[in-house]
Amino acid sequence: MARTRPEPVQVVKQRRDAALNAIVDGVPYIRFLDIGFDRRGDELTGVLNFDQKLIGNPLLPALHGGVTAAFLEVTAVITLSWEFLLPKIESGELNASDIADYEKVRFPKTVDFTVDYLRSGLPRDAYARAFISRAGRRYASVRVEAWQDNHAKLFAQASGHFLMPQPTTDGK
Amino acid sequence: MVDKAAIARQFIEAIPHARALGLKLTSIGNGEAGITMPYSKELVGDPRTGVIHGGAVFAALDTCCGAAVMSHPSAPGGTATIDLRIDYMRAATPGQTITTQATCYHITRNVAFVRATAMDEDDGLPVATAAGSFTVEGL
Repeated sequence: MARTRPEPVQVVKQRRDAALNAIVDGVPYIRFLDIGFDRRGDELTGVLNFDQKLIGNPLLPALHGGVTAAFLEVTAVITLSWEFLLPKIESGELNASDIADYEKVRFPKTVDFTVDYLRSGLPRDAYARAFISRAGRRYASVRVEAWQDNHAKLFAQASGHFLMPQPTTDGK
Repeated sequence: MVDKAAIARQFIEAIPHARALGLKLTSIGNGEAGITMPYSKELVGDPRTGVIHGGAVFAALDTCCGAAVMSHPSAPGGTATIDLRIDYMRAATPGQTITTQATCYHITRNVAFVRATAMDEDDGLPVATAAGSFTVEGL
């Protein structure tokens, strides 16, 4: 039997981008920090767009440690949600409008989060990528790296544990 | 003698991100600091529940820990976070102000050790606790 033809590239891109936007755009705090996500295939890169209000030390100046931590945590949660939802998006079980109405989508909850500050964050854009060390049914362990001008010189790294969204008690 | 508490207060209140979060320094001195963060719709992490994002709680705790270090009698001046760990006990109740309290319980020439808690208006169980180490720097 003949294999089904691959979907046209625009259809795939449109579906994945719409789903990603639906996950990210609904969160006021992500908008407050002006964090965006760059998608290449299934790989996400968080982008923190610099703004004066992100400064924590006006003398240096440097990014606020809390901003760095929040950026890493947002990247971890979104990457985890993305990995969790992508198969459902690809299979057609879930589409962007389902995500927007929030009945079927819940975010993982942070249990703990540890941030190492390796260098001071410069007053410019920052990038972050999360690596899922383990994704179980209940818990996930995630490592996140953040850099600015030079990918080899991380300015912060973090690791944390997350409680995965549980199916509702009625089995749905 | 230099009034460290006054310098720390001035420094904290001049931080652009502290202003963006609406942080208020309520107490400071002798290695302890208290900071409040009012509820704001901008800081919501899940629009369905209205719960504040953990990242905003992290930022408030980090600021509070830094303030505690700067107010310690043995701290010569500034500080920066080396590492900070937060444990999230429960979701903060929507609409309530977050109150953070930090203690710098030990300081050496180079490193300050701090722990902190974040509460909302229900003071029975903290929203989050933090533990971290900070650099000790001259002014």
